[in-house]
Amino acid sequence: MRKFAAEKLEQLLSGISMPVYAPVEDGGTVIYGRYEPGMRLRLDKLGTDRTPKEVLFPQWESLMHFKMEGKKIQLTEEERANEDYVLFGVRACDMQAIRVLDRVFLSDPVDTYYAARREHGTIVGLACDAPGKNCFCKNFGVDPAQPDADVVLWPAGDEYFCEAYTDKGHALLNGWDTLEADECAVTAIKEEIGKKYDALPFAHLNLNGFDGEHLMEKFESPQWKKLSMACLGCGSCTFSCPTCQCYDIRDYDTGNGIQRYRCWDSCMYSDFTLMAHGANRPTQLERYRQRFMHKLVYFPSRNEGMYSCVGCGRCIEKCPMNLHIVKVIRALGEGEKE
Amino acid sequence: MKKIKARALSLLADGTVKRVLGWERGEDAFDCSPALFENEAEMERFVYGTCAGANLSKYCVKMGKAEGKTLVILKPCDTLSFRQLLHEHRVERDAFYIIGAGCTGMMDENGLLAKCAACKGKEFAVYDEIIDTEECRLPTGTEKRMEQVEKLENMTAQERFAFWQGELSRCIRCNACRNVCPACTCIKCVFDNPGSGVQSKAPVTDFEENMFHIIRAYHVAGRCTDCGECSRVCPQGIPLHLINRKLIKDMNELYGDYQAGLGDNERTPLTSFTKEDAEPGIIHERGNG
Repeated sequence: MRKFAAEKLEQLLSGISMPVYAPVEDGGTVIYGRYEPGMRLRLDKLGTDRTPKEVLFPQWESLMHFKMEGKKIQLTEEERANEDYVLFGVRACDMQAIRVLDRVFLSDPVDTYYAARREHGTIVGLACDAPGKNCFCKNFGVDPAQPDADVVLWPAGDEYFCEAYTDKGHALLNGWDTLEADECAVTAIKEEIGKKYDALPFAHLNLNGFDGEHLMEKFESPQWKKLSMACLGCGSCTFSCPTCQCYDIRDYDTGNGIQRYRCWDSCMYSDFTLMAHGANRPTQLERYRQRFMHKLVYFPSRNEGMYSCVGCGRCIEKCPMNLHIVKVIRALGEGEKE
Repeated sequence: MKKIKARALSLLADGTVKRVLGWERGEDAFDCSPALFENEAEMERFVYGTCAGANLSKYCVKMGKAEGKTLVILKPCDTLSFRQLLHEHRVERDAFYIIGAGCTGMMDENGLLAKCAACKGKEFAVYDEIIDTEECRLPTGTEKRMEQVEKLENMTAQERFAFWQGELSRCIRCNACRNVCPACTCIKCVFDNPGSGVQSKAPVTDFEENMFHIIRAYHVAGRCTDCGECSRVCPQGIPLHLINRKLIKDMNELYGDYQAGLGDNERTPLTSFTKEDAEPGIIHERGNG
């Protein structure tokens, strides 16, 4: 265990020779943007408006270009990311979200665009010293005091405790001017975080029955009609979600060729997975159900129980009509935990 | 407002209405969602209070197709949206029983909603009955309606362009503004139509974001009642209502004061022509670039 003075943080970040992506302000919102010395870090912000997912899986990215030359088509693939970088200040929930994305993009067939970015990044996690009222990460096996990252920071007043867990993490931390620290101090911080978390309103939800065995029962629940009634069908929840990973691939006519790009898609949209025979989810009820069934039932049933909700609370904050996953869990589940 | 709940229950009980379109209480004082209630047991969760910021008018487009009357609770500003929908034949008056619900300004965790800070007044544009209190008739908010638009107008063209570029660059094209908008009732939006050639699920460039919001503002110009829902729902905090308000201000100045949602069947500023209408060249005179 190591530690450093909190006032040295910006100096440490500025000293990193790689690009650093960290929570910074963007016109009243907080995003994981490219950090430059002098920028104001927003390490206090829970549930950033845009997620660290975007560093690995941007909302829009070019895949390849086609160019017509006479009767020949010339194809140029977009280069994969090849620059090392640091993704700084990732909360435990968002780190778990990256593990969810890994399951999707790094399993066969590997998504080489994502894989390249993942490989070049060193992730510095940040323990949540003050989890907020919308937090419910522990329900999904996430420990807010222990992000599953290359390096973890624990804020403690005027200093940060830090520890590296991987080779990449050691390489980064070795370059920092830190002091030897006592393990016990961090144990106490973790306990404190645990206590704060336990007092939150959504801390202990009952997820019994959210699994493959109860798939049809959940799918056919009469509750979906009421739950989805007010849904606008916008993409706020999906686009602010750290695990939503659906995308569309589109061609953009550049005038003398084609740019093939991919962009996030949303299961809330009427043309999501539209097929020749028409929409397979014709009303908002089916679209709404799809999102929550995917997070809470389909994904865990195919991934050894790993939920694709991480309890970050962003959909609670962002839904214009206050429809969110906790309400779904309560309506479809078996009530509160004892 | 227990009176509203009691009245809704009695209208359900005597068969005047088949269902109630209102709000359902959620986790805390700021958390409620639009909901449908079909019986007394369901009405147990009914709530009306300062959390009821959402405008229920747009739900009426779909609800109007249901069998029997629907009771809908509308705040003063919401009634403008409803009456505009009536004017556009998107809802049938007979399909609804409207309770005009008094409003002292709606809140979220950050305080009074931006749309309420520049409240347009406490008159109801359409209703079957009004349930309010003296307090509800007092003015809400202190911001002048065009205050922020004037600030933008006083900028140079370059400053204004930079302002909007900064704001719109945060757009994530979630379509919440469009989907909540009571003036956006196209059965299929051009931006949702894969065959349109302009469908864009992602902000490919800053220009495209500008295009989406400007096209939308022009499409609802003359029909937008300034209900402010677009800005309330934006997950990126973009003050979209200011684009619409600017168009309203221009229309007021060029064609005389007009409030969408107060008209019945007469022609509106943008659907009528008189010889006195401003010539297109006026944009050069009015620009301050």
